[in-house]
Amino acid sequence: MSLTHREFWMMVHLGLGVMFLHTFFEGILWLHTGERLRRLRIGTGVMALVAWLTVVSGTWLVYPWYRAKPPAGADLADYPRAYLLANPSISQWHIFGMEWKEHVGWLSPILATAVAWTVLRYGGQLARDRRLRQVLLVLFVAAFTTAGIAGALGAFINKVAPNTFLDG
Amino acid sequence: MAHIEIDPVTPSIIEEINSLTSSSDRPALPNGQAGAAILSAGIGSALLGFFVVLAEASTTAKQLMTLDAGVGPLSGKTTFAVAGWLIAWAVLHSRWRKQTIDFARITMIALILLGLGLLGTFPPFYMLFAQH
Repeated sequence: MSLTHREFWMMVHLGLGVMFLHTFFEGILWLHTGERLRRLRIGTGVMALVAWLTVVSGTWLVYPWYRAKPPAGADLADYPRAYLLANPSISQWHIFGMEWKEHVGWLSPILATAVAWTVLRYGGQLARDRRLRQVLLVLFVAAFTTAGIAGALGAFINKVAPNTFLDG
Repeated sequence: MAHIEIDPVTPSIIEEINSLTSSSDRPALPNGQAGAAILSAGIGSALLGFFVVLAEASTTAKQLMTLDAGVGPLSGKTTFAVAGWLIAWAVLHSRWRKQTIDFARITMIALILLGLGLLGTFPPFYMLFAQH
């Protein structure tokens, strides 16, 4: 089995997104209890980094293939955005779905970075500052929610739109 | 000769205690640095929402935000929002790093800005400003 160049980068993007979402629950537990400081520091730092890699790979590597304009007479199956827009029954997957995904996902790394930096900077002080932990928890949940919306929409669009563009 | 068995969990507990002890030995940091990080995250979110709406409302702005033809205006919206967020963070951090701030008020402002960011990136909202 071999992967094309596009399939490889799509897998990287998907893998990073899944990694971010899966490690979230541990982060929530650490922030809620204020325990296991060392793991909290490493975990939030890794999550912020993964969030950045996910949005950068999605926006700068995968998205241009999705939104490429088809030349005259081209098979629209190779151009997901054009394919969705050409079919009124599924066009909302681009107009609402992809439009929301491409923007809201970028909130996640900004919020995750604020959480990670504060955890690294304040360290043991966090264990004693319940209010600061609660604020970080809210930002952390917001980071997860925005990433979750982007991820879920991406998964649905992948199911609805053809993926033959990945063969290129 | 006495033989002491060490529980495999012990090293991680010691690490934990060391980490907490070394942090508590330092004088407590004022909350200004945390406030700067949290408020700037709100500003970055609101900036993203603002650039998304601006690109819909103005053809010129949309063109200016197209830093890369392949990515389209998303390239500029996100780059400018991230740049604005980092600048806001640097400015706030330098001003507040040794200060104790009204944390509840700063948090409230940050959450309102985050809400604006969420609103600005929601398609049914920003499409109200679309140029047809």
